[in-house]
Amino acid sequence: MTFSPRFREYFDPTALILSIFVIWELACLVFHVSPIVLPRPSQIITMLIVQMPALWPHILQTLVTTMIGFTAGIALGVLLGVIVGVSRKAYNTAYPLLVGFSSIPKVAVVPILVLWFGSGAIPAILTAMVTCVFPIVVNVATGLATTEPEMEDVLKALGASRRQVLWNVGLPRAMPYFFASLKIAVTLAFVGTVLSETVASNRGIGTVMMMASASFDITLAFAGLFALAILGVLLYGAFAVLEQRVCGWASRKNDMATV
Amino acid sequence: MTQPPRRIVQLEDVKVRFGSGQGGFLALDRTNFTVNEGDFVAMVGPSGCGKSTVLRLVAGLLRASEGQVFVGGREQGAEKLQIGMAFQNPTMMPWLTIRQNIMLPLKIVEPYASSFRAQKDGAFKERADALLAKVGLSGFGDHRPWQLSGGMLQRANLCRALIHEPKLLMLDEPFGALDQFTREELWSILQDLWMDTRPTVFLVTHDLREAGYLASRILVMGTKPGRVTEDRIVEFTRPRTIETTFEPDFTMLTQNLRASIVSARTELGATA
Repeated sequence: MTFSPRFREYFDPTALILSIFVIWELACLVFHVSPIVLPRPSQIITMLIVQMPALWPHILQTLVTTMIGFTAGIALGVLLGVIVGVSRKAYNTAYPLLVGFSSIPKVAVVPILVLWFGSGAIPAILTAMVTCVFPIVVNVATGLATTEPEMEDVLKALGASRRQVLWNVGLPRAMPYFFASLKIAVTLAFVGTVLSETVASNRGIGTVMMMASASFDITLAFAGLFALAILGVLLYGAFAVLEQRVCGWASRKNDMATV
Repeated sequence: MTQPPRRIVQLEDVKVRFGSGQGGFLALDRTNFTVNEGDFVAMVGPSGCGKSTVLRLVAGLLRASEGQVFVGGREQGAEKLQIGMAFQNPTMMPWLTIRQNIMLPLKIVEPYASSFRAQKDGAFKERADALLAKVGLSGFGDHRPWQLSGGMLQRANLCRALIHEPKLLMLDEPFGALDQFTREELWSILQDLWMDTRPTVFLVTHDLREAGYLASRILVMGTKPGRVTEDRIVEFTRPRTIETTFEPDFTMLTQNLRASIVSARTELGATA
């Protein structure tokens, strides 16, 4: 039996996830693992469905917080990336600082943000932003800094200004790098949001998971994890589709050949 | 023609030094030459003699360490000359179609840039398509660069260098990476284009037949340090054909050029 390549593209990953769930389920049943230690996937998914009316506002809260933080991260990341990537000197000067900043565990930043802005959505948005900004900066800067000089020369020989070169060569050339970073950054933004919610918030999936573990409701905590994973995959997929739309030229799909 | 031809490019005692101190080296030494309006000048020489350096100087991509480079006229505040340039590597932007690549200069250069938005789907598009037709690429405007062969890309590259009707066309070994037959076909196309609109052309090449076929004047460069060692007029009648290149006079020309370049190389060996 043969499948179309498009079908396989979705079938294989789904099959992998499902088989892991089946093994997990069977292992729990065979070894009599207590649901208080490790609930079975069927229990978790049931919990997720049953509790959905109660979970939904929290999921929405986390999603909105993440997207706001992520948007702010994109704005800041692109701005810094352009500044850093536009000249080799700026790139070399700023890179160690960026690496240092990205090495800070973001969990250490949350208490400071809470101190400054109180608990709630604002520290969560800021945590999401600082968590996701680094890959965007690095990728935009790398995309710009590695632009072939020959491409720039084509425009410079015409008397183009620096801004024109950036706009017509640098930025389009950096687009695949930018979109590659978005897929990573959006999942990092989730991590940032949930991190902040677990420390200081009364809404969001992070809060739900803290409360669930405090009351030994491990199944609910896992349901929260599942909800996060599903959201993460969906957002990753959304940006992957967007990337293909905008930067199709970078992957040189052969189906574009027949115009 | 009663008026003396206008000097469009002039180099006066130009030196170019890369790096400084012990590690530095002199790429170009006291180079002098002029190019007149409407000329087709070819520059030949052994590799590493600074041919491309001269080209980059004239294109404004590089500054002379010493001496003067005048492009467009030597008077103060002379109008900036419109340059079209094609490199050996076609460097088409992969995110643009062939037509968009060719229209790129119209987006940058005045008087076209200010009306680019309004005309990119109208007059400018037609102009690009007309040029594509001239080089034998009709119907390839909507293709992406990676769908074209090397020869086709080089044709498109030529179109991009010409679309804004530059006064000065700079070609840096544009046919160097092509097979013999494609190369000869493109010589003929380039000659036709030149005879049509008579832009000033400055061609850097290491192919002596190419120089003899295309140029009205040939500059020979010596090496280490680079400088112009010979300046000769080429007087074969136009339009020249591949048959021209088999005539005895033509063979004589390429042999003489070859001899000067070889002697420049052995001189180097003797002094080293």
